[in-house]
Amino acid sequence: MLAVRTGDLAGAEDALADAFMAAVECWPRDGVPHNPDAWLWTAARRRLVDAARRRKTSAEKGALLELAESVDPELERTTFPDERLRLLFVCAHPAIEATVRTPLMLQVVLGLDAARIAACLRVAPKTMGQRLWRAKSKIRVARIPFDVDTAELPERVFAVLEAIYAAYGSGWEDLTGDAAASRGLTEEAIWLARLIVALLPEDAEAKGLLATMLYAKAREPARRTADGVYVPLSAQDTSRWDRAGLAEAEATLARAAELGQMGPFQLEAAIQSAHVHARLTHRDDAHAIAVLYEGLIRFAPTLGAKVAHAVALSRVHGAERGLALLEAIEPADARDTYQPYWSARAHLLEQLARSGDACDAYERASGLSEDPHIRRFLLDKKRALEASR
Amino acid sequence: MRYAILIYESEEAMEARKDPQFQAAYAAYVRALSEAGVWLAGAGLPSASTATTLRMKDGMRLVQDGPYADTKEELGGFVLIEVPDLDRALEWAARCPSLPMAVIEVRPALPPVV
Repeated sequence: MLAVRTGDLAGAEDALADAFMAAVECWPRDGVPHNPDAWLWTAARRRLVDAARRRKTSAEKGALLELAESVDPELERTTFPDERLRLLFVCAHPAIEATVRTPLMLQVVLGLDAARIAACLRVAPKTMGQRLWRAKSKIRVARIPFDVDTAELPERVFAVLEAIYAAYGSGWEDLTGDAAASRGLTEEAIWLARLIVALLPEDAEAKGLLATMLYAKAREPARRTADGVYVPLSAQDTSRWDRAGLAEAEATLARAAELGQMGPFQLEAAIQSAHVHARLTHRDDAHAIAVLYEGLIRFAPTLGAKVAHAVALSRVHGAERGLALLEAIEPADARDTYQPYWSARAHLLEQLARSGDACDAYERASGLSEDPHIRRFLLDKKRALEASR
Repeated sequence: MRYAILIYESEEAMEARKDPQFQAAYAAYVRALSEAGVWLAGAGLPSASTATTLRMKDGMRLVQDGPYADTKEELGGFVLIEVPDLDRALEWAARCPSLPMAVIEVRPALPPVV
C-alpha cells in the first residue's frame, strides 16, 4: 500500500510486516476492528514513524517521516482496498516469472519473511531471497505499472488467484502432523482469498477459489487420525468435518454461481461440493463429478487435474478406461515423478486385479511421497495387497 | 548437475532402521530415485561408533577410533543424484524417509575428475 505511492516495495514492507504481526497478535484478543484495512494501514504508518525515529541518519529519517506523513487522511477511509489490489496485480504481472509471484505476494501483501516462504515452498532460502530481490528490482527498474489495463484484467485476476492457490497447496503438503511449525500457508492463502473476494465482489472465480479452500479446510480435521495417519476422503469420519466451514464454502460457491461466469476455481469448488454431498447423503453422483473434471481440464490442464479426471472417469466407465487415460497423460517425464499419478495408477490396477503391477505402483508412489503418513498409507495398501495374493 | 544428499540422523532415526515399515519406505525411495534415472550412488552407514579416523600430526599418521566429529546427529548415509538444478535436488531430498528424524544437507558435487 505504501509502495504504491513510492513505487518501491522494499521500503514499505518492514512496516507492513510489523503491522500484520501486530494484527495477528491483537485481533484474537481484542476482536477484529471494524475496518481491518484502515487498521492495518494506520498501524503500518505508525510503525514507519517509530522506525524513522530510531534511524541514525537524518536523511533516512526525513524520507521515512515524509513517506509516513504524505498520506492523505482521506485515503484512510476509502481507497486502501484498491491500493492493495494494485499490489497484488503487480506481483502477478506477466513480466514477473510465474514461480516468484506467490512468494512475492506473500512477502509484499502479508509481510512474511523470505526464510519462512522458502521453507513452505521448499526452495533454498538464499535462492528465494535472490528471486524476490530480482523481482522487486525488476518492478522498479522496468517500471512495471501499478495500474492495470481493463482489457487484461481477467487474465491478471486469474494470475493472482493462481498464486494464492499455490500458497494454499504448499500448506497442504506440509500438514504432516509432525511439524506444527511448518503448518504451511493455508491460513495466509485463505486470508488473501477473502481479501480479493472483498476487493472484487463481481469476480466469480475469486469466490470459487475461496470456496475451494474453505471446503478443504473444513475437512482438514478428518484428514488424519489422532496419531496422524492419512485418511482418504472416502473413508473420512464426516462427523469431524467443520459444518460451519462447509456451510460458508457452500454459500460462497452459490454466490459465485449467481454471477454466471464459469471458471476452473468454481469447478474445483463444485467438485469438492459434490464429494462432500456424496459422503453426507450417501448418494454418489460419479457421473456429475466426471463431467466437472472434464470441464476443469479444459480450463486448466494441470497434471493434478488430469490424474483426478482419469480417476473420476474410471468410476463411470470402468478402471480400464481410467487407466488408458492415465497412461496417455503428457508430459510423461513430469507425470512419472508425480506421486498422485502412481497412487491413482495403483488404485486402478488393483481394481483390475493386476495385483503385481498395483504393488509396484504403490511402492513407486510411496517413494515419491514427501509425507511420512501418506507413505505409510501407501505401503500398507501394498502390504495388504501382497497378503491377499 | 550432481548433488550430494547427506543425511545426518538422530539416535531416534538410527533406531528406526530396525523397523520393517521404515525399511520398506527406504526401498521405495531408492527405487523411485533409480527409476526416475537420477540415482548415481548411495549407501546407509552404521553407527558412527564403527568409524575409524586418520589424520596427520607433526608428520605422524594418527589412527583413532570413532568419527571425526562427535555430534548429536551423525552422518547416517548419503545419496548422490544427477538432476538439472537445486530445486529438483531439494525435491528429492524432501522425499527422503529419514527426514522427520534427520537433518538433510544438500550440496552440489564437483564434476568427476577425469
